[in-house]
Amino acid sequence: MQAYKDQIRAFIINNFLFDSEENTLENDASFLEQGIIDSTGVLELVEWLEDTFAMKVEDDELIPDNLDSVDQLAQFVARKKT
Amino acid sequence: MCGIAGYFNLQASPEPSLSLLERMIWSLRHRGPDGFGFFQNEQVGLAHARLSIIDLEGGWQPICNEEKTIWVIFNGEIFNYLELREQLIKRGHRFTTNSDTEVLVHLYEEKGENFVEELNGQFAIILYDIRRCSILLARDRMGIRPLFYTFHQGRFFFGSEIKAIFSADATIPRAMNPCALQDIFTFWSPVATETIFQGVSQLLPGHTLKVDRQGIHVQRQYWDIDLHVEESAGSPEELAEELRELLIDAVRLRLRADVPVGAYLSGGLDSSTITSLIRHYTTNPLKTFSVVFEDKVYDERDQQALIVDYLNTDHHQVACNYRTIADAFPKVVYHAELPVLRTAPTPLYLLSGLVRHHGYKVVLTGEGADEILGGYDLFKEAKVRAFISRQPDSSYRAMLLKRLYPYLALSPTRSASYARQFFATDITPDADLFYSHQLRWKNGEFLHRFLADEFIQSNYSPLAAITESFKDKLTDLHYFKRAQYIESRLLLGNYLLSSQGDRMAMAHSVEGRYPFLDHRVVEFAARLPMRLKMKGINEKYLLKRAMSDLLPREILNRTKQPYMAPDILSFFGAHPPDYVEHFLSESALRDSGMFKNDVVLNLVAKCRKKARQGFRENMALVGILSTQILYDLFIANWLVEHPDTLPNTRVIVH
Repeated sequence: MQAYKDQIRAFIINNFLFDSEENTLENDASFLEQGIIDSTGVLELVEWLEDTFAMKVEDDELIPDNLDSVDQLAQFVARKKT
Repeated sequence: MCGIAGYFNLQASPEPSLSLLERMIWSLRHRGPDGFGFFQNEQVGLAHARLSIIDLEGGWQPICNEEKTIWVIFNGEIFNYLELREQLIKRGHRFTTNSDTEVLVHLYEEKGENFVEELNGQFAIILYDIRRCSILLARDRMGIRPLFYTFHQGRFFFGSEIKAIFSADATIPRAMNPCALQDIFTFWSPVATETIFQGVSQLLPGHTLKVDRQGIHVQRQYWDIDLHVEESAGSPEELAEELRELLIDAVRLRLRADVPVGAYLSGGLDSSTITSLIRHYTTNPLKTFSVVFEDKVYDERDQQALIVDYLNTDHHQVACNYRTIADAFPKVVYHAELPVLRTAPTPLYLLSGLVRHHGYKVVLTGEGADEILGGYDLFKEAKVRAFISRQPDSSYRAMLLKRLYPYLALSPTRSASYARQFFATDITPDADLFYSHQLRWKNGEFLHRFLADEFIQSNYSPLAAITESFKDKLTDLHYFKRAQYIESRLLLGNYLLSSQGDRMAMAHSVEGRYPFLDHRVVEFAARLPMRLKMKGINEKYLLKRAMSDLLPREILNRTKQPYMAPDILSFFGAHPPDYVEHFLSESALRDSGMFKNDVVLNLVAKCRKKARQGFRENMALVGILSTQILYDLFIANWLVEHPDTLPNTRVIVH
């Protein structure tokens, strides 16, 4: 699980925050509420998830409960991979 | 159409030489290449760069009254000058020219400062009253023509563009204004009278400003878009007819010129409307001008061809691709004098070049229709959100969001749940003064991530500033009208009419005229109920109805396509221009000191990897690049040009 979190954090920071100071992102921060991801960003995120973890994100899985923070994403990936 | 510049001494000053005025006006020669006029005495200096459109022989400025006690320079057009002139002659005024400028001095004699209320036009005016030892600055109602000023060492400087002010005196400070950059990176424009340069202010649209020995007075508003007025009671048929008659008259007035007048044609409803009205109700030989894009995503040539065939116009087009946009972009920033978050002004810069190439100096355009008659997606989005917020649990209502933004409609369930979150549909319209704009601004705040902590004013809040500036105007208004007011006053005035309008056209000495922004049309539209502006989610409903027999069905039924140009694609595609690497290099970023280097460099790396990016990345990259170019041109490497002699000049020393 920690490995997923690190990988996801790195992606979010590099791609959406452009920030090298990693401590600015809390693992439970909501991407939507904090304006970290916009609507085109969600598509970018899903594309990356599918490529990186060799998995398919189904339409009904595309909900904020699965994708809206580093913690939620890591849990989602872990569930999909088991 | 012209450029104006000058100064007013508030304290006794050493006699300035004419060369100060020459430097100022020479920097505006693109606005008026046909001649330069000057007036100078111990108190003021007035300079005028002339583009001859009305009264080709007699239209020299400055111009004065019979007693030579009132002098005026002015940039723009007074469309009702013939009517005003006739009234003034009846009251005993003697005219020495046929120009619209002369109307101003006599009207001022009659009405004093309130003379502006009589004018139908687009103007920036400087009036010097020798008896009162004062000057009066005035700007048109919607902000079509620009006017800037600053105060430095006992002297008040003014000009059509900021470059004229910076050309006057090397000791005038030139520094970037952090608050304005924070504003621009939120709203796309500075708030209120601020500009991107510290200490330089703009005269607001619909305002006058008096300067005399006592000092610089407070800007006085003489007109505003009043959306609090009672709504019109007429039937849709009657109101559509009234709108059409008003637009015909607004077009007719704007074709008054002693040179031929052309029209811009985008392929959308607004410019097609103007072009059709010219064709059907005037005898003007019609030349039309368009931008076409190599990249199909942005191109509207098919729609343009449709309307050209329908109205049989003599049509010309300029082709844009990534390279032409990138090549012209630094010049665009030089003329805009403002950081821009999109490259969209660039094709309009190229388009005015095309117009000039064909020997035309004046074009009519459809600008303003979206604001006053309810055309923007933003209005539609607010309406849909408000509709959903009444029944937040209805999944059927949430589906409407997908009709607005097709990219969300990847599949039926794909983003309904996301869409509800993105569009904050649990907020009700009256809970937020800026209901319609808050989401867009939140997106803009993302750009603040790139600003250096050492540069910004950390205690400054753009949102607090805009609330202060707008709250009195927006209180008690329906959310749709609030959205219209914000769009008209913020984006239209400070971006569309300036960075994308006046500056891009005047860069090639071309004057834009805007029938939809005739104040009679604006006032009529302000009285319309929302259902006639946007019926359901059918935008500009009344305009479509008014034009139903004058435009092809395909144009009338077409969903509005937002005007855009390729952004990151122009700078990081197959042929990246050399300057991008320079302006976004670590050393250039360090020199300007406005941005967080590592954050910008990460964005640049992402763009290098892939030039097709989301909205926010595009705004950030273009915003940072244009700010860097602006810094280079106006702060670090500012250069004042001054030829040995100016061509074609007239000088009055009093």
